[in-house]
Amino acid sequence: MRTRAHALAAEPLFWTTLGFVVLLLAMPATKPAFAALFPELDRPFYEQDSYFRLALAHLGIVAASSIAAVAVALSAGIFVTRPAGVEFRAITESVVALGQTFPPVAVLALAVPLTGFGTTPALIALTLYGMLPILQNTLAGLASVPGDVRDAGRGMGMTGAQILLRLELPLAAPVILAGIRTSVVINVGTATIASTVGARTLGLPIIVGLNGSNLAYVLQGAALVGLLGVLLDLAFARGLRGLRQWRPPA
Amino acid sequence: MIAFERAGKRYGGQTAVEDISLTIEAGEFFVVIGPSGSGKSTLLMMINRMVPHSAGSIRVGGQDILSFRPEMLRRRMGYVIQSVGLFPHWTVERNIGAVPELLDWPQARIRDRADELLALLNLDPGRFRSKYPHQLSGGEQQRVGVARALAARPDVLLMDEPFGALDPITRTALQQEIHRIHRESGTTVVFVTHDMDEALGLASRIAVLDRGRLVQLGTPLELLAAPANGLVRDLIGQEEHGLRMLAVQTVASRLRTGETAPGEPIAASATLRQALSRMVSESADRLGVSDAEGRPMGAIAMSDLLRR
Repeated sequence: MRTRAHALAAEPLFWTTLGFVVLLLAMPATKPAFAALFPELDRPFYEQDSYFRLALAHLGIVAASSIAAVAVALSAGIFVTRPAGVEFRAITESVVALGQTFPPVAVLALAVPLTGFGTTPALIALTLYGMLPILQNTLAGLASVPGDVRDAGRGMGMTGAQILLRLELPLAAPVILAGIRTSVVINVGTATIASTVGARTLGLPIIVGLNGSNLAYVLQGAALVGLLGVLLDLAFARGLRGLRQWRPPA
Repeated sequence: MIAFERAGKRYGGQTAVEDISLTIEAGEFFVVIGPSGSGKSTLLMMINRMVPHSAGSIRVGGQDILSFRPEMLRRRMGYVIQSVGLFPHWTVERNIGAVPELLDWPQARIRDRADELLALLNLDPGRFRSKYPHQLSGGEQQRVGVARALAARPDVLLMDEPFGALDPITRTALQQEIHRIHRESGTTVVFVTHDMDEALGLASRIAVLDRGRLVQLGTPLELLAAPANGLVRDLIGQEEHGLRMLAVQTVASRLRTGETAPGEPIAASATLRQALSRMVSESADRLGVSDAEGRPMGAIAMSDLLRR
């Protein structure tokens, strides 16, 4: 019990999560502090919406778009590395490379004329943008599987599906998960900008604050988004640690 | 057991293997040898359809290999490659149990079989069972590779230059292991190599391939006594020829029954080359011969080695 508590206390993920939840719940209580820090502002605390509800909406958009991005990018990455889809591989790689030169704001701006303002363009933009690192890492991960492992699997009588599920995906998993990690963390940030097209996220106080020269709003939104990004990054790092047990020590 | 009938393989315009007809008997240790690019690996991979043949037919146990699903065919055959190809994310135990797992053996039976095979290949199960491939030396990895190929008790063991990447000492040790395992299990082995000493030491019969064609097929002694052409002569090598002749024959074949000789006797199952070596190092022109239990059987003289 004691060692478990110690392990927990040594875990940055634990402290970041605790910090984020406490800050989120105690946000209303910080109102006097912001009033003291920014005496020149009439309204030093963002109250149009509760931070708790904004954080849930933010997480909801990130989760929905990340799940969609993983589903599409992973399937596409697997498809173009199978014999049936190999002719699409080159074009897929070009699209990924091209897509990464696009800033996320541009994707958002392009989605608005198609779907109008609100959550929908944000979801589309986040999904499209989130796919890129996942697809790229899926291709890199599958390419890193040694040829002799595939040959041995085929030679002992594994089917294509068994080679994929038992050998290729587990061996590529650390690289693929690193791509998902990048994608999710980028999406936490991009969801903030999505407030410019009318999505309700933790970016809302930041946008409103920037428009109204209210630095207090910007600080409140930015602190929470920043912590959320670090938290999710640490959570993935934690999850990846377990996968590397069979790797040669670096 | 395995019958090639006018079998061939063409890649585009390139012929890799052409018009091969031969039969590998059950329980044979059949070695395919040839220079690089001779099609020896292609010939091996045609048996388990890793390379589909484009001409003729191949039968295994009387049935055309095209009548099986490739996966089903391969699960009945052990397959060992030079680069081993152990699954790096699986323990030694799970690697060995890979084919039994595909065949849905119960877990307990797979575990027992893995331990049994580790012991067979002189790896302590307690020490190696839970290790990952990167924790093993090259020789240990190939031992696990051989164990994995034997796991589901295959009728046929296909080995594609399995010991080519190992150092000479490890290679010799593994050659002895596979020789012993073949003798004990009676599995049919098809073994590809470019090393003539390996071929002569292991084979019941040797097939020599050159540019996709069968050049000679015979026992090690037949090859040494009557090489079919210059390539076979080159593979055998002129310098070592006499010693290699002695290495493929046993003391038993030249035994003088009823005679005796002083000193430590030599086993009847030893090769004539070993007998020669003993005679030279002991400055003796006769050696006593004993059977496996050490009972005297007779003697062998230096002049017996010179007889054809």
